[in-house]
Amino acid sequence: MMPKFVLLWSDVVVLATLLLLLAYALRVRASTTLRATWLRVLRDRAAICAAVVLMVFFAVAVVDSLHFRRALAEVAGQGEAAAQAYGTRTESLLDVLLARQVAGRETSYSAPLAIRGFTKDSVEVDGTIDRRYPRLRHGGERLADDAQWLGDVLGRAAVGLGAGLGVALLCAAGMAAIVARVNGLRLGAAWQRLRAGQTDLPLRAVLVTVLVLCALFGPLLALAQHYHVFGTDRTGNDVFYQALKSVRTAFVIGTLSTIATLPFAVGLGILSGYLRGWVDEVVQYLYTTLSSIPNVLLIAACVLMMQVFIDTHPDMFETGAERADVRLFLLCVILGLTGWATLCRLLRAETMKLSQLEYVQAATAFGVRGARIMARHIFPNVVHLIIITTVLDFSALILYEAVLSYVGVGVDPSMNSFGGMINLARTEMSRDPLVWWSFAAAFGFMVALVLAANLFADGVREAFDPRARSFRPRLRAPAAS
Amino acid sequence: MLNYVIRRSLYGALVLLGVNLITFMLFFTVNTPDDMARLNIGGKRVTQEQILKWKVERGYDKPLYWNAAAGGLRQATDTVFWDRSVSLLALDFGRSDAKAATDIGHEIKTRMVISLQLAVPLFVLQIVVSVAFALLLVFFKHSAIDFWGVVTCVLMLSISALFYVIVGQFLFSRVFHLVPISGFESGLDAVRFLVLPVILSLLSRLGSEGRLYRAMFLEELGRDYVRTARAKGLSEPKVLFDHVLRNALIPILTSAGSYLPYVFLGSLVFESFFGIPGLGSYVIEAITGQDFAIVRSMVFVGSVIYIASYIVIDVAYTWADPRVRLA
Repeated sequence: MMPKFVLLWSDVVVLATLLLLLAYALRVRASTTLRATWLRVLRDRAAICAAVVLMVFFAVAVVDSLHFRRALAEVAGQGEAAAQAYGTRTESLLDVLLARQVAGRETSYSAPLAIRGFTKDSVEVDGTIDRRYPRLRHGGERLADDAQWLGDVLGRAAVGLGAGLGVALLCAAGMAAIVARVNGLRLGAAWQRLRAGQTDLPLRAVLVTVLVLCALFGPLLALAQHYHVFGTDRTGNDVFYQALKSVRTAFVIGTLSTIATLPFAVGLGILSGYLRGWVDEVVQYLYTTLSSIPNVLLIAACVLMMQVFIDTHPDMFETGAERADVRLFLLCVILGLTGWATLCRLLRAETMKLSQLEYVQAATAFGVRGARIMARHIFPNVVHLIIITTVLDFSALILYEAVLSYVGVGVDPSMNSFGGMINLARTEMSRDPLVWWSFAAAFGFMVALVLAANLFADGVREAFDPRARSFRPRLRAPAAS
Repeated sequence: MLNYVIRRSLYGALVLLGVNLITFMLFFTVNTPDDMARLNIGGKRVTQEQILKWKVERGYDKPLYWNAAAGGLRQATDTVFWDRSVSLLALDFGRSDAKAATDIGHEIKTRMVISLQLAVPLFVLQIVVSVAFALLLVFFKHSAIDFWGVVTCVLMLSISALFYVIVGQFLFSRVFHLVPISGFESGLDAVRFLVLPVILSLLSRLGSEGRLYRAMFLEELGRDYVRTARAKGLSEPKVLFDHVLRNALIPILTSAGSYLPYVFLGSLVFESFFGIPGLGSYVIEAITGQDFAIVRSMVFVGSVIYIASYIVIDVAYTWADPRVRLA
């Protein structure tokens, strides 16, 4: 039976981002200047490694964005006439890949890799009631004896590590083959060059990144087949699964919120900078008013209103997942609507400067209409500012989501997000004995994602901003030229 | 300059009117005064009379924006929006919408004092520590200190402030028992409660601020007056502390000034994590309690402070750089 595919609003965003990135890549390929600039980004060792990490996270987000509802088995006796019923849960492809984590729910907390629960429970043994740590239902379910635990964990980790290294080796071979192909070298010579770090792009650094990622995720995935690698939370859900699901939320917030700012920021910024006069006054008044409201308060007010709307229209959403998703979508739109002032100000100033330049004056003298000048002559020359702001904002927004969730105006509590995880972790950190794994998992994933985004953004800014001077620290003073 | 301040203040009043309109529209497009009454009276059966009584008591019984029934100028003035805006401009906040209606103005006054106790030391220390850290990195540029310093900065700015708070509270309060976990007392005792939030807040912003100031100083170091100063034979510390620092005052003012509103509004996260009863935690309480009167008043106060801070910064520019003239 065919499952029913569900396209949530935020899925559209993730998939559209993917398509847009591909389209942009094609455009970059075709244009010499764009290609040169992006090659400058990729020649930056930190930026290209960060890009690899970001790609892995983005892949997780994309896999998690393909949603469907399972078809339910037909009830006997109703025949063909009955309409096909679908499950109430909306699942994603990631849920299917991690089916074990979804199904393997424990009763409460358990430590990473544990096979016994974290708190004592009353268990009946041979007729007497005994307080002991209960055996987990799913963590290490195939172990007959507690003593086998260490051997099993080490064995699985070793297998996973081996597999990870194998994948890394394949990547290395593939890369060497590509280097050989591009430079017309033999495979051995290409490998030599790769190993010595003498390729045009810093491929050796990329290879090290891939190796580290494989060495981390290999054992992790291998162990996840039999254990809760990052433990379970209060209601017994797998923390590793939650962390992976949070990646998509972070991506949606990071991308959609900036996309939502663009229509206002770009449209109004260029209009007010080019037309001046009363248009400029109105736009300035608008963004001064908006930015003089404390950001968190404005967002909180908007989110409260949105929540009222969602609560009063329960019939508009078929499933809980849809409701949570609409909330996420609207949250991003709100972040966009409240956050366009900075970019707008920047674009207005740049447009003012550009419209004084000779080429714009020449276009005006030729009788080109204002709309055309703005679209063809000014917009392409401010695109670099838009790109820089977009990548810089990405990480800031992910960090912001955590704060908003803490304030209580973030994403829906039923949706996995880093903010939600941190929020729960806060009470767990004050428990005795300490429950640290949710916190550690959220920390690790979030820092990896934000750090990668920051490093990539730095590379992009340096390559795209003609005025930005590189203040990158160096260990050795640059050689005299 | 007085002219400038007056003009900016008038523009500020216009902006405040817009701010108020935005908050009003946000709230009343999905909510009617009747809904608010029902929510705040509580209980299952709410009669129409009760609602009417609540609305009259709280002043929500008039039309929202435009009173078509009234004549002449009263069409615009005999409305909820007009009443509320005028009283807000007179800094009369009225009472909160919740059942136990408290006087918002009084609440804001007492809480702002508490917020200031946290925010003023933080504001000063933030500038001093970040500038000192950045100067250290610049002084040792092209060395291992600079390199690893910047690496640390990038790492630190990739960590959410919430992590600093949680780890800090855990380490200093639970493991080492140095300071109380949360709470507040007035007087000298306040220091015990404020040390940890100040330190953690400093740490959480040191990464981005340190890197920003470092870039600023390096930008200044490339200018001609620095070359002249060096050519005169001045020592590097003298160049850095006397010349570069003085000239970097304007960018420092700009970036520090953008934090000025938060000095008065208090830090949302830090206040509520550490149980400090300042304005920040007041806002969070109002948000979770969905109290529109408080949210509206706080939006207004926040905007006033924001507008005032920017006028103050502009005036401060003329002090930092005599070449700047406000016209």
